[in-house]
Amino acid sequence: MGSTAEWGLAVSVFVAALVEMVEALTIVLAMGMTRGWKSALAGVGAALVALSAFTAATGYALATWLPRASLQLVVGILLLIFGLQWLRKAILRSSGRKALHDEAQVYEKETQAAQAAAHDVRFGLDWFSFVVSFKGVFLEGVEVVFIVITFGLNARNMPVAILGAAAAFVVVLLLAVVVHAPLTKVPENTLKFCVGLLLATFGTFWSIEGLGSLTPSHQALEWLGSDLALLPILAGWLVLSAVLIRVLKVRPTRPAPVGSAAVPQGKA
Amino acid sequence: MKLVRGFLRFWYDFIIGDDWKVAASVVAVLAIGAGFVLAGFGSTPVFAPLLAVGLAAAFTVALAIDVRPRPPKR
Repeated sequence: MGSTAEWGLAVSVFVAALVEMVEALTIVLAMGMTRGWKSALAGVGAALVALSAFTAATGYALATWLPRASLQLVVGILLLIFGLQWLRKAILRSSGRKALHDEAQVYEKETQAAQAAAHDVRFGLDWFSFVVSFKGVFLEGVEVVFIVITFGLNARNMPVAILGAAAAFVVVLLLAVVVHAPLTKVPENTLKFCVGLLLATFGTFWSIEGLGSLTPSHQALEWLGSDLALLPILAGWLVLSAVLIRVLKVRPTRPAPVGSAAVPQGKA
Repeated sequence: MKLVRGFLRFWYDFIIGDDWKVAASVVAVLAIGAGFVLAGFGSTPVFAPLLAVGLAAAFTVALAIDVRPRPPKR
């Protein structure tokens, strides 16, 4: 591994996977700490098995049935929609129009739900803990799998994409063992902004390239400068996001100076 | 039926997310781009950058609609 594109791929997948895994970890920690580790870890194990099957089926279907340009178009559109959703949330959060994502708050909420839930035992497992852990890991995991498959297939470098996700898994696992609490120090909102930018950049690049599947030759369209076009696209999304944050920024309303007369209703 | 609805709901939430306008703006701009490609403009060097600008403009419009002030509900 050495080229800029490969490093870009690995870093993109690593950051995206890291954010998703931190969210999954918070849910599993809440279940494990409040209701015991056996059922929570069983839920994690079952989710990982389901994710492996999902990855194999989706990866095989996409790689086998879709020609390259069509794959770029489909995957590019999905990545672009996905990335712009992340970017939209990040812009709204940074401009003060949406509450920041807070792992401590999520952990508190999950813990309260875990304490309040009834103890329903099935197959020797605390069913609530098992199901919540399973759903948390599977749903966040599907996003990681989606990113790994789409990036890996489109960049024709699945090993690097898998390596990026695996590195994120190891980092989150090590941090969880060391910290033994929700990873509130991870700058999640900033990372989510970065992931949104990366997904939107690659999504723009691939979806437009993939429009070539509509031509008689079915060849991907060419960007000026080939892969280097990714840099101005990234810069473009970054500048647009910065401008939108500035324009949409919610300014705190200043309290009226002491002693000033209140403006009567209907006369302002 | 509940299972199918849940399955479709999952994919809707996963792909479309909180704001359908973002997805709609992407599809609309790419559909226009597809029209230009079919008309033979795909190989023009400025085609890809112009379409990217179109995507950025459509995203801005979708966001502007999202945050516009709404009259209070009665």
